[in-house]
Amino acid sequence: MADNPNDLTEYKGMSRRTFMKNTGLVAGGVVGGGLLGGLLTNQMQQKPEVQSTTESGQIQDARVFFSRGQDFAILSAATERIFPKDDIGPGAIELGIPYFIDKQLSTEWGINAKEYMKGPFAVYTTNTGNHNVTKNQDKQGPNAETQVPAPTPRYQSKMTRSEIFVTGLREMDNVAQQEFGESFVKLTGEQQDDVLRMFEEGKVELKGIGSKNFFNLLLQTTIEGAYADPVYGGNKNMMGWKMKEYPGPRASYMAQIEVDEFVKLEPQSLRNYQGH
Amino acid sequence: MVTKLEKVDVVVVGTGWAGGVIAAELSKAGYKVVALERGKNQTRDDYIGVKDELRYTNRYEMMQNLSSETITSRNNLDEVALPVRTRKEMMAGNDLGGGSVHWAGASYRWTPYDYEIRSKTIERYGEAKIPEGMTIQDWGITYDEMEKYYDRWEKTAGISGEPDPLGPNRSSDYPNPPMKESPPIKLFKEATKKLGYHPYQVAAGNLSQSYTNPDGEAMNACMYCSYCTQYGCDFGAKSDPLVTVLPTAMKTGNFEARVGANVRRVLYENGKATGVLYVNTLTGEEYEQPADVVVLAAFTFTNNRLLLLSGIGEPYDPKTRKGVIGRNYNGQFNITFLGARGFFNEKKFNYYAGAGALGGVIGDFAADNFDHTNVDFINGGGIEMRQYGSGAIATNKVPSGTPGWGAEFKKNSIHYTNRSLVVWYTSANMSWWHNYLSLDPTYKDDNGDPLLRATLKYTDQDRNIAKFGIGKCREIMEAMGADIVDEDEVPEEFDHIYDGGHYAGGVIMGADPKTSAVNNYLQMWDAENIFVVGASAFPQFAGHHPTETVGALAYRAAEGIEKYLKNGGLLVTRKEVGSHV
Repeated sequence: MADNPNDLTEYKGMSRRTFMKNTGLVAGGVVGGGLLGGLLTNQMQQKPEVQSTTESGQIQDARVFFSRGQDFAILSAATERIFPKDDIGPGAIELGIPYFIDKQLSTEWGINAKEYMKGPFAVYTTNTGNHNVTKNQDKQGPNAETQVPAPTPRYQSKMTRSEIFVTGLREMDNVAQQEFGESFVKLTGEQQDDVLRMFEEGKVELKGIGSKNFFNLLLQTTIEGAYADPVYGGNKNMMGWKMKEYPGPRASYMAQIEVDEFVKLEPQSLRNYQGH
Repeated sequence: MVTKLEKVDVVVVGTGWAGGVIAAELSKAGYKVVALERGKNQTRDDYIGVKDELRYTNRYEMMQNLSSETITSRNNLDEVALPVRTRKEMMAGNDLGGGSVHWAGASYRWTPYDYEIRSKTIERYGEAKIPEGMTIQDWGITYDEMEKYYDRWEKTAGISGEPDPLGPNRSSDYPNPPMKESPPIKLFKEATKKLGYHPYQVAAGNLSQSYTNPDGEAMNACMYCSYCTQYGCDFGAKSDPLVTVLPTAMKTGNFEARVGANVRRVLYENGKATGVLYVNTLTGEEYEQPADVVVLAAFTFTNNRLLLLSGIGEPYDPKTRKGVIGRNYNGQFNITFLGARGFFNEKKFNYYAGAGALGGVIGDFAADNFDHTNVDFINGGGIEMRQYGSGAIATNKVPSGTPGWGAEFKKNSIHYTNRSLVVWYTSANMSWWHNYLSLDPTYKDDNGDPLLRATLKYTDQDRNIAKFGIGKCREIMEAMGADIVDEDEVPEEFDHIYDGGHYAGGVIMGADPKTSAVNNYLQMWDAENIFVVGASAFPQFAGHHPTETVGALAYRAAEGIEKYLKNGGLLVTRKEVGSHV
């Protein structure tokens, strides 16, 4: 494993050769060094690997944070395993969760603008990022009612959330290569789960943050992307809310609060609520 | 260069319930009052059309920006404290109205036992019941003396409720009837009644009907829209300083709320404060605001930090157990709200609807309402079933054994979205010699001032009381008919996550200047024109939520400040009652 997860020369998950193979543009003898730039540009104009199956909202389906398409492809595959499509309804990709996360990482939250980021940073977080107990929000605490069920790390990293994502996703690809000899996106679903579980259990060394913390962040944002207001790019067409029979923001639930039977309301978004 | 401003009668740091009540009462009495608020101006308009779970609940829109300042935290005296870096771990109010704008609304009076805990524990169980090192103490005031201030605050805030059948005496009823009884609350009340307990509706700052308070401020009836806790109310139906005490102060013409004003020091000469030094957060300019009386009415952490930074009062030293500033740090931590979660296969609740303090509660295991002879802890807590009205991101509760992600998680989390309820025990937190607040030796804020350092660890008392409560919650949840009941886990140690916003102590009240920083008017023993108002005055926590007691103490302090402005001097005679350190 490379010492520096951002070291591009050691980036096994996306060697030039793999890139060419994946893009389907390898033709005997055609690819020369000088052509690479042009091919890259062409590739950007190809159909995106993740495409929304719905009509509306497509205008939001473009990356504004992730510069490498491959990082985004790994993210898409990982979130789909965390929140898969099934007979209940759409999964992460169809809900637009990868785009939700992409957008979140370029907000003030993604760059830790409102967090205390002054040093010194504890050196013993180098390997794990999180030297102390984690709190499982689902099991205890005053906000158990209002929090996503992802454990909270004791954040002692110098890295911002957007840096953690890029580092973590690339390390996931490295682990996929090491364990299964293929890029993460090429693995079977079960193999992808194995990689995710290694991160979840903190078995992968991830400098500066710890693989467990990265996994929890990925889990948290995936759930948020399924159920946040569609204005943020996820929960496409309120499909997440429809699965949960959640009605969205409303001025009043006076008519429902005392009723014994469950009252199902068609969901409305912030767009409806703010009167557009 | 520091610009010196014109002197006022009273300068107040902070504009939450504590600062708001002080501002309203003293400006009504004709005094010139300036309140300094480091956050921004905020009105009801800021909350209209912003019912957005991601922005408010998950990204903490209303909480303090920590980039310039936070606290550091550790468990043991010999550890290096680390900064609490993210807003997910550090929920502190910000902006005009302070934390009182995002509060849920749960309103409880604390009991006669809470105010005289040390005396009453010794009286009933003997001195040996209080473990070595537990530094609980009487408040220097009794419930009977506090009653009129509670009554006053309930009327100002328009609290909607019904009396606790096991609660202390009241001089009058709540000004508004209780909130509506939703089916989950009905279920909780029926089950607890069947078990022989005494349920009642949580008294709420979420109004059950439209109401005009004694100061002439009008509030609307709550719509149960569920965007309440961690949100400002866009309908003026949650009682907060923005719709009550701050407009009352404004109307007098004697009051100015100055926002973007971050106070760095209390200025102090010859045993008295002369004013405060603050920074304009937008321009960086420094100002001196002179005043006859300085009121610290900010969050507990800020009240403590300002006194320590200003060198006022003797800092508490855990090694000698002497000194008062920072002593008896306490509050509601993650061990406080443990209980049991029930999953119902046949029932579905309209759980998307609700309000911050909508709920049922029993006081049968609160305070000293039950016999503690055979239990290994003192004090107790309320058992609550609340219906906040849950957003879609928050409702992902699954029975234990379900994986945390993947197909099975998705299936169960969606299935149980409207089928799970939680009952919890709001156990009391006692004070110990090793839990205290001090200045951090390493980490600093944007101005170069040291951060506040919190030192806190759990004791057997904390773990035992939590375990007891979880058992009671399970019993109730089973009686409610849940098909699956999962118990919360009791953590071994405090996890440095400061959510909920209920942190107290450090500038505690009492009768003896050796073991308290302020007297029962919240006037500093060491500086007669400084009043330190808020939960920082609690010598230890009670088994119920704190806001009403903060409001009541603010009325008590306002009365004291007025007395002081008229006559000067210490309002309470020093009493050396011997220390319990």
